Amino acid sequence: MQSNPEEQLSSQPENTPGSEQQESKSPFQLAMRRFMKNKMAVISVFVIFFIIIICVMAPVFTDQDPEATNVLLIEQGPSDEHILGTNGQGQDNFSRLLYGGRISLIVGFSAMFFTLVIGVFLGSLAGYYGGKVDGIIMRAADIMLMLPFLVLALTIIAIIEEITIPIFVMIIALTSWPNLTRIIRGTYLSLREQEFVHGARAIGASDIRIIIKHFIPNAIGPIIVNATLMMATYIIIESGLSFIGFGIPQPTPTWGNMISEAMNVRILREHPEAWIPPGLAIFVTVLAINFIGDGMRDAFDPKSKQR
Amino acid sequence: MYKYIIRRILVFIPMLFALTVIVFGLAMAAPGDAISGNELADPNVDPEVYEQQREALGLNDPVPVQYWDWISSAAQGDFGNSLVYNGRSVAELIEERFANTLYLGLFSLGITILVGIPIGIYSARHPYSLFDYGATGFGFLGLAIPNFFFGLIAIYLLSIHLGWFPAQGTLSGPGQSGFNELSDRIHHMILPGITLGLAGTATYMRYMRSEVLDVLGSDYIRTARAKGMSDTNVLYKHTLRNALIPIITLMGFEIGVLLSGAVITEQVFQYPGIGTLFLNSVTNRDFPVVMAIALILGTLILIGNLIADILYSIIDPRIRYD
Repeated sequence: MQSNPEEQLSSQPENTPGSEQQESKSPFQLAMRRFMKNKMAVISVFVIFFIIIICVMAPVFTDQDPEATNVLLIEQGPSDEHILGTNGQGQDNFSRLLYGGRISLIVGFSAMFFTLVIGVFLGSLAGYYGGKVDGIIMRAADIMLMLPFLVLALTIIAIIEEITIPIFVMIIALTSWPNLTRIIRGTYLSLREQEFVHGARAIGASDIRIIIKHFIPNAIGPIIVNATLMMATYIIIESGLSFIGFGIPQPTPTWGNMISEAMNVRILREHPEAWIPPGLAIFVTVLAINFIGDGMRDAFDPKSKQR
Repeated sequence: MYKYIIRRILVFIPMLFALTVIVFGLAMAAPGDAISGNELADPNVDPEVYEQQREALGLNDPVPVQYWDWISSAAQGDFGNSLVYNGRSVAELIEERFANTLYLGLFSLGITILVGIPIGIYSARHPYSLFDYGATGFGFLGLAIPNFFFGLIAIYLLSIHLGWFPAQGTLSGPGQSGFNELSDRIHHMILPGITLGLAGTATYMRYMRSEVLDVLGSDYIRTARAKGMSDTNVLYKHTLRNALIPIITLMGFEIGVLLSGAVITEQVFQYPGIGTLFLNSVTNRDFPVVMAIALILGTLILIGNLIADILYSIIDPRIRYD
């Protein structure tokens, strides 16, 4: 995540080296073909699908309501009815694990999506037009990067007081667009003076057309790679904020607020089955997404493989 | 180079100004002010009295005047009084906790550097060996595990079950002195330090490995080898000097990463530092403390980046600016 994709992914429009008799493949198809050769990445894709399917089909695996509390069944150990026992409010841990996965994945994905929208929009403006627009957007990005993410997010959360899932997603997206914006801008700057862009401009293509048809497709490598790695980061951020009680509030289950049960020393000590599974779920999900992201990086920029 | 350094310092000033404006803006956006807490606590008092208090504190002044009051006293280290801790001064509260976070941060940075960099170098010298694969695997694990979960597992296994390390706090008890106190402090810092430094260690390791591999593949290293230089000399005289350059920049940013990480890590270990103070203040909507911490952390990050940029321009004369 901390690596510097700006350097590694200066995407050059590669001329498709189509071998003689085959139809030529687009750079995207070539990248996908390289990706399929990366064993860890492909396995990770299956792992992620597996996790998504289990979470989506949660009602098939458990008939417990993840939000129903039961004062008579507090901090129970595993039993036939409650496979992972119950938490401090008598909620069923197993169903919270499955339904919580839905929330954690949805939050991670939608935060990634909105960051992508903001980042691509601002990055395109800055990188395409340059000059004053670029200056303003990049200074704004610098300023956003001055405050540590958690401090900024927590301060905003404290001001807003009531957090819902959409608000939470917007807070993440609005505080973390600068990195992506910088990367996209950097890629665009190298594209700006390419002949095919001059060509497009010469035949009268509009700015929007040039950005959508020529810039974004050529920057798609860095965009996809960073979007993937961002989603992993956001899942960790969501779980971290929920863990300290500033994320998605109870009774909605998420992997993060399930682990926050372990702040109670008794549960930490006596009921590892309550807090270890959600932790492992986060760990496996993030690990798999990171493998996919790394696989993408190698696929879109074969040069980086030797590093 | 000197031109660049001066320009870089000049950029620092408007950035600092922007930071103060943001922090002040956030505080303005927050509901309530220093008086509204008392107002809620004692509704029987004539509202006129509170209005007078507001007037006296300057809360009815125009916004730019309030900003000026706040920034000029903040510059002298006066951040007002906490709304929660019986009106104790914010500066005092922060001073109490700051050293703890500083020790923890330095300790974990030490672990990161002493573990991450040597492993990265060794991996790069023996690429695709068993050790390298192990280190790469560890790197992936270290970046994927949320640090609070790692901290909880460490407490569960090493404190609760094995009893090797204390699970929380900074000292076992008062009244220790000298060497005993120091070793007790370090004993308490080991788990939170490792937890806080884990992701950084993994990052440094990966960076170091790829940098050293990069440099080892360059022409001047081949030349050095060709003229018969020993491997050790090639490593220390040519490779590391160049491979460490990007690490310096990384360390400038590390300040922000460590301080952010400290918020969650300190919570897991109930470690009385800036992070726990910040979380408590956010929970209690104690905005003078929140603002002060945000301002201090932001300033530290700005200074860290400034130093990193300056060091970078000194160490690497190949870089030409403008």
